[in-house]
Amino acid sequence: MDAHAHAHEMPWIRRYVFSTDHKIIAIQFLLMSLFFLVVGGLLAAMIRWQLGFPSEPMPGGMLLPDEMMAPTPAGAIMLPEFYNSLVTMHGTIMIFFAIMPLLVGVFGNLLIPLQIGADDMAFPRLNMASFWMAFPAGLLMLVSFAVEGGAAGAGWTSYAPLSASGEYTGVYLGQQLWLISLTILGFASLAGAVNYITTIINMRAPGMTWFRMPLATWALFITAILILLAIPILAGALIMLLFDQTIGTGFFLPASDGEPLLWQHLFWFFGHPEVYILILPAMGITSDVLANGARKPVFGYHAMVLAIVSIAFLSWIVWGHHMFQSGMNPMLGTTFMITTMVIAVPSAIKVFNWLGTIYKGNIHLHTPMLHALGFVSMFIIGGLSGVFMASTPVDVYIHDTYFIVAHIHYVLFGGSLFAIFAGVTFWYPKMFGRLMNEKWGRIHFWLTLILYNLVFWPMHSIGIQGHMRRIYDPTQYEFLQPLQPINQFITVCVFALVAVQAIYALNFIISIWKGKKAGNNPWHANSLEWTVPSPPPHGNFELVPIVYRGPYEYSAPDVEEDYWLQDTPPPSETAAPALEPQPVAD
Amino acid sequence: MSQPAASTADRHPMPGMMVYNVKLGMWIFLLSEVMFFTALIGSYIILRFAHPDHFAEPGAVLNVPLTAFNTFVLICSSVSMVKAYAAITQGDQKGLKFWLLVTILLGTFFVGVQVYEYIILAQEGFVPMAELYGVAHEIEGAALYGATFYTMTGFHGTHVTIGILCMWFVLYRAWQGKYSADNYGGVEIMGLYWHFVDLVWIILFTIVYLI
Amino acid sequence: MSWLLPESFSTFGPDVDFLYYVILWVTGVVFVITEALLVYFVIRYRRREGQKATYIHGSTKAEIIWTTLPFIAVLALAFISIPSWNMMKNPDSVPADALDYIVNAKQFEWEITYAGTDGVTGTADDISTINIMHVPVNQAVNITLRSEDVLHSFFLPEMRVKQDAVPGMDITVWFEATAAGAYPIGCAELCGNLHTTMGGTLNVYEAAEFDAWVASQSADADDADDADDQEDQ
Repeated sequence: MDAHAHAHEMPWIRRYVFSTDHKIIAIQFLLMSLFFLVVGGLLAAMIRWQLGFPSEPMPGGMLLPDEMMAPTPAGAIMLPEFYNSLVTMHGTIMIFFAIMPLLVGVFGNLLIPLQIGADDMAFPRLNMASFWMAFPAGLLMLVSFAVEGGAAGAGWTSYAPLSASGEYTGVYLGQQLWLISLTILGFASLAGAVNYITTIINMRAPGMTWFRMPLATWALFITAILILLAIPILAGALIMLLFDQTIGTGFFLPASDGEPLLWQHLFWFFGHPEVYILILPAMGITSDVLANGARKPVFGYHAMVLAIVSIAFLSWIVWGHHMFQSGMNPMLGTTFMITTMVIAVPSAIKVFNWLGTIYKGNIHLHTPMLHALGFVSMFIIGGLSGVFMASTPVDVYIHDTYFIVAHIHYVLFGGSLFAIFAGVTFWYPKMFGRLMNEKWGRIHFWLTLILYNLVFWPMHSIGIQGHMRRIYDPTQYEFLQPLQPINQFITVCVFALVAVQAIYALNFIISIWKGKKAGNNPWHANSLEWTVPSPPPHGNFELVPIVYRGPYEYSAPDVEEDYWLQDTPPPSETAAPALEPQPVAD
Repeated sequence: MSQPAASTADRHPMPGMMVYNVKLGMWIFLLSEVMFFTALIGSYIILRFAHPDHFAEPGAVLNVPLTAFNTFVLICSSVSMVKAYAAITQGDQKGLKFWLLVTILLGTFFVGVQVYEYIILAQEGFVPMAELYGVAHEIEGAALYGATFYTMTGFHGTHVTIGILCMWFVLYRAWQGKYSADNYGGVEIMGLYWHFVDLVWIILFTIVYLI
Repeated sequence: MSWLLPESFSTFGPDVDFLYYVILWVTGVVFVITEALLVYFVIRYRRREGQKATYIHGSTKAEIIWTTLPFIAVLALAFISIPSWNMMKNPDSVPADALDYIVNAKQFEWEITYAGTDGVTGTADDISTINIMHVPVNQAVNITLRSEDVLHSFFLPEMRVKQDAVPGMDITVWFEATAAGAYPIGCAELCGNLHTTMGGTLNVYEAAEFDAWVASQSADADDADDADDQEDQ
């Protein structure tokens, strides 16, 4: 094929570095965000050291400069300003440079063209530009650790006025780099969003109607719309804050009558859609994997789509629930409580439909399926714990405590990250042509699931006891001292949790060369990406596929196998060249 | 039954689609631009309602007649953009180049007047910096007025400037004869962007200068 | 590892704790049922050779049921929360006989101002303390919460009180302690490098004891306030 041959003539740098091929860009995003995932994990381990063993010398701390760790004869002790930078950067890096690019950058790029039967994105060069903005933005974020005053230390939410002037924290350049880095990342996200939306609307293969799209693509489509509309709000806020920091405007500074709460309103008006940007693609991926593992159609496909759409809509009118204790009008608080409670409904619908999907299935517990089931069970916890803080009087007590920390990690780690593990393992063969090792995949899943719960479940409990978040030394408060053994237990478990991720990393790297060859369709799945070779050639499809049915026709009575590819003509029509049956991965 | 896949290089709109990719992409991009200006304008409204004493009466500080004229110029540039588009849909190469050049000149004039206005205002002590606002000059309003004024009009001006640069590119392509009565996508999306920027200005002019 | 709230000592306590336990029960039941179903289905419908899954696409009836029930449940939770929320945060709910206080937050301490003997803040006989707050038991106190620099959050865990202090705003906070004793004050909003040190103590006295303290403070109001703090600690 022309395009394919053409691709091989391109120089190495055009094929793998400045590539316009959506599959290569997906892999670039994957490597980038896995790197930042490791960085974010190490930052978390350092935070936990300080919380578990406050002001005790940190192992290896002597390697860090004196501005971060105060050297003592016994070893290096973490400074409070460095602790604040760690908390800020852990949140920022995990949300913006790990989870968001993993879900949107990796799966958006990899899956959208393949699942709708397109040869590439609508704007391949814009797509390339998206990655080459995101990656330097991430490096800039890391560089801010090394500048004078250290990295930003006002939390990932960067509440003004703490973030608006360096006089309160001693962080000047670090905070500015934080703002600039996120603004650049915003451009990258916008480029991606414009691309995804255009591609999905305009480039679906014949027969790929809206309601024949896999839920992963549906979720990514809605997510792209949220990104498109939410990121500019953040950009506006970031720029105003940057002006406050650099040229001396006073948008958020009370000294010049600016409004600190304006920052919070802008940030959360962006921030709550952002929360769903971080979970909707995970829900889509989970739906695809669950149906595949259960060998059964997704239960209530239309209800699932409607749930995604209504979550996206409602996500614009709930932002105030982050601000119940901010001094906002109590009547407004009541309104936001009601909308927030209502947004729990579509999430509940999704959970029940997932349960419906596995009900009466023929469940094949491959590694992606385990992770998808892990997602569902952890998302249940994260979703239910959200009900506590939606109730405003209860929120008065648990706001800004470890209960919130537990909640966000059940949604973002137990939720999004498990779905990411599911998705990466599931589509790994499409990216690299080989399967990841099943045995080590399962070992990694069970260790992660257990350790993860040992880390975050107790955080509910210490939050209920009143343990505030973002405090450098819990033992400073007498009433928190009895909780210190739990803090230490969590810390030890975090170290183990970080360590077992090495299994996944090794499995990932070794399988690139040593994994079992995958063939076109190792999971016996239905959607269009499984009709092409692994990895697909440049241009993806040799012939424009024609789509005859939805993506979840598993175990249909009309066919002998328990799967039915979307582009296989119905029995009545003349048979297309029969596909070679592929071995099931196991 | 199946048809050969289009290669990446020569992409055509999929069958049944009403709008080609680039145009759809531009519409989608403009939606995000709407949200960006919504953030800025929304902040302005909130700050102004919270601190009316910061904002001078219309015309007290800002030169309304000058900017009204400038607004007229920008609207004219939208008209000339429409003329450029109309020309190329008829295959009129000369008309396209002429009206694009007119649009560029009008746009540049607009930015020039805005820069002139900035210089005059800054000399009077109307600056975005909170501490320097009105220092040594008796001008009305206070810090938030300068900050919001320069941020909103500045970002709009940046958009106009970017538009002018893109328009030079479109003009260069027009000179190479890249557009025709069948192929005028570049001119059309340029026009979309330009009209959008124009529309934003009319809103900004109304709320910043007139109200 | 407990899901029980620590004991509360204010009039807000019963309301907040009741709502918390209602939600704990509701979510707890949902949690157990859904997780149990998940595990049961995985075991019951695990893969068997030669078996096909049942070809079901969904059920409108089921969708209606599991949309309506959660909808009713969450709205009910929202509506039973409203009265307590208004009582806690609406400035109109502050009892008329509440004692006036000013709490001024700054990096990194709480400055508490008392009305003194005349019952009005902002007058010459005001008393002030740092990080230690004295209130009488069974008496509502009405705090005007301010901040000098950045956001702080005034957190009295046992009183079930939390409110951000925002520079440029006067925010009303009120509560009524129901038992004498010493309780922690915390800062719950990241406020800078020494955020963690911004703690304090709330001393709740019997009414007579409190009046005596106010009188003693007012007597030597001209003396350095800091010295008084030392005595009271």
